[in-house]
Amino acid sequence: MEYEIKPAKGLQFNLKELWDFRELIYFFTLRDVKIKYKQTVLGALWAILQPFLLMVIFTVFFAAHLDIQSYNLPYPVFVFSGLILWNVFATGISTAGNSMVVNSNIIKKIYFPRLIIPISGILGTLVDFSVTLLMFIVVLFYYLPSFSFLSICVLLPLSLFITLMTTFGAGCFLAALNVKYRDFRYIIPFMIQVLLFLTPVIYPVSIIKNEGVKMLLNLNPIAGAIDILRGAINGTSPSLALVGQCLLISFILFSVGLSYFRKTEYYFADLA
Amino acid sequence: MKPILEVQNISKKFKIYHEQLPYESLRSKLMNPLSFFSKKESEVFWALKNISFNVNAGESIGIIGKNGAGKSTLLKVLSKITPPTEGKIISRGRIASLLEVGTGFHPELTGRENVYLNGSILGMKQKEIQNQFDEIIDFAGIEKFLDTQLKHYSSGMQLRLAFAVAAFLNPEIMIIDEVLAVGDADFQKKCIGKMEGVTRSGRTILFVSHQMGLVNQLCSRALLMNKGQILVSDTTDVVTAKYLSFDYHESENIFIHTPKLTDNKEMFIEKVSTIDDKGRPSSVFGFNKEIKTQFALIVNNKISDEILSVALQDKYGNRIFTIHKPLNQLETKDNRLTGTMIIPANFIAPNIYTFHFAIVKSDGKVFDIHEGQCRIRIADTGTPFSQYEGKDYGNIIISCKWE
Repeated sequence: MEYEIKPAKGLQFNLKELWDFRELIYFFTLRDVKIKYKQTVLGALWAILQPFLLMVIFTVFFAAHLDIQSYNLPYPVFVFSGLILWNVFATGISTAGNSMVVNSNIIKKIYFPRLIIPISGILGTLVDFSVTLLMFIVVLFYYLPSFSFLSICVLLPLSLFITLMTTFGAGCFLAALNVKYRDFRYIIPFMIQVLLFLTPVIYPVSIIKNEGVKMLLNLNPIAGAIDILRGAINGTSPSLALVGQCLLISFILFSVGLSYFRKTEYYFADLA
Repeated sequence: MKPILEVQNISKKFKIYHEQLPYESLRSKLMNPLSFFSKKESEVFWALKNISFNVNAGESIGIIGKNGAGKSTLLKVLSKITPPTEGKIISRGRIASLLEVGTGFHPELTGRENVYLNGSILGMKQKEIQNQFDEIIDFAGIEKFLDTQLKHYSSGMQLRLAFAVAAFLNPEIMIIDEVLAVGDADFQKKCIGKMEGVTRSGRTILFVSHQMGLVNQLCSRALLMNKGQILVSDTTDVVTAKYLSFDYHESENIFIHTPKLTDNKEMFIEKVSTIDDKGRPSSVFGFNKEIKTQFALIVNNKISDEILSVALQDKYGNRIFTIHKPLNQLETKDNRLTGTMIIPANFIAPNIYTFHFAIVKSDGKVFDIHEGQCRIRIADTGTPFSQYEGKDYGNIIISCKWE
């Protein structure tokens, strides 16, 4: 085995190295998941309770006021299906965005591909996602026993994929920025709150009359992913244009975030 | 055979920004949008300048130098934590670096979980950890607390566990930064034994330490760094001697008589200084070096049976030995008497000592007396006790015959 250590130059992606370190990804993810619910009485039940309680609250306050004819879904199902993907995105970018700063003591003392840190941060949110998914299925059976199981099986992974690509891109970008500008520690939570309103999680797109805002929503891949999932519950196939657009935008975000991360990664140890 | 590690002209530049924080604040940039394009006021600092050396497989190399000499930066570059600005390093083996023990330890996780996490961070495969798990736990001696959260461990236990994981690393090249400076003596000894085993098994160690004794014991070759450059690269004893000498000339160590009204004018000690083997005043001596103490006395009376009494005291003021030298045996020039006392090498244990000296008469009359003067430090240059450096194991080192 022979390799060189040289001045940082250009943009390279060493996938083999990342693969060699796969066990570390596993251990970091395991750590994050274990720590998250240590010393809590309810433990991983929180992963269910959080979206469930939100669903209840939103249903109580908004269900009567919002026109949700667009999907023909009972409001609880509507809001839960939005929350389940939204949570992956929101928790994902906040965990990943802060991950480099949180783990700075490790970064300064030992080498491993830095990407492992945001990757495992986001993988950790998938554990929560799986638990929430079980709850979602229960909610589905309760409100809408006639839901289309097959199309969910196909389209949920697709919408999750779009969400993950977006989360990963945005998360890495924020993580790298956060190392350099600590302001992002405060910007990230604020940004998540704003984005929640810019994503039709609790309201349907149809209530928006302003064409400009509609355009903006169309560009939001998380909105698209939620749209695909909601359609799937009724067995509606999404338009190829929507899928293509979401995939493209999320891919662009993914590439930009990843490239910026790789470009600045070399100096994390000096800045952290 | 090609060297296992080739370091070629490595330089590392840091920019020192003239503000308090190493990271930038977004506000300062937004307030002044032009600053995104303009170069910031910064000073360039070369932490490493043109470092080149080769390491052959199985060699262990000590890296020594004062704080700020660039040792840690060199280790960071070698362990890929930070890239060099110029030059390159060719490595022909797996490098594991141990710049800190217990990197990534998390207080909320149990001992068992931390072993796996830490091992994995250090680059061990899960299989390797599994296979050596019992040995690791045995080495750390924490069987009973395996499934207790780390935050409930005593700091000593945490340290032992951290060392134990590190001790079972198995790379071709190991980079160690002073981590042995902590931990209780017995455990240090265990770790050093382990490290000696590592070098014997043909693996390569790069070791940074301030403990010259340890460097001497563990390394065959050493680099002395100063201001980002390699000053000397030679066998360990040559380099450590050089380090000791250049470290210590800065503090000269001389007792000079200051006249007082109450002084006895008949005879008094005018000047005492400790000098190294090159005749320069020095306050630090390698264990393997003689300590010369020069005395100058002023005697205005006729000498009868007065003696110069010299004693070495340990840091608690206890006397190690006392020497009596009749004044009439000293070299005399007019009213000035001079003499040099040579304390043999390889005898006084590394530690801090002071001198007590006096001029007395056999009937008990004291002419001049001084205590706690000419503080010297004896530095470990590889005694059998180097791992106990700083501990109290006695004031002399002798070897005894056994039957």
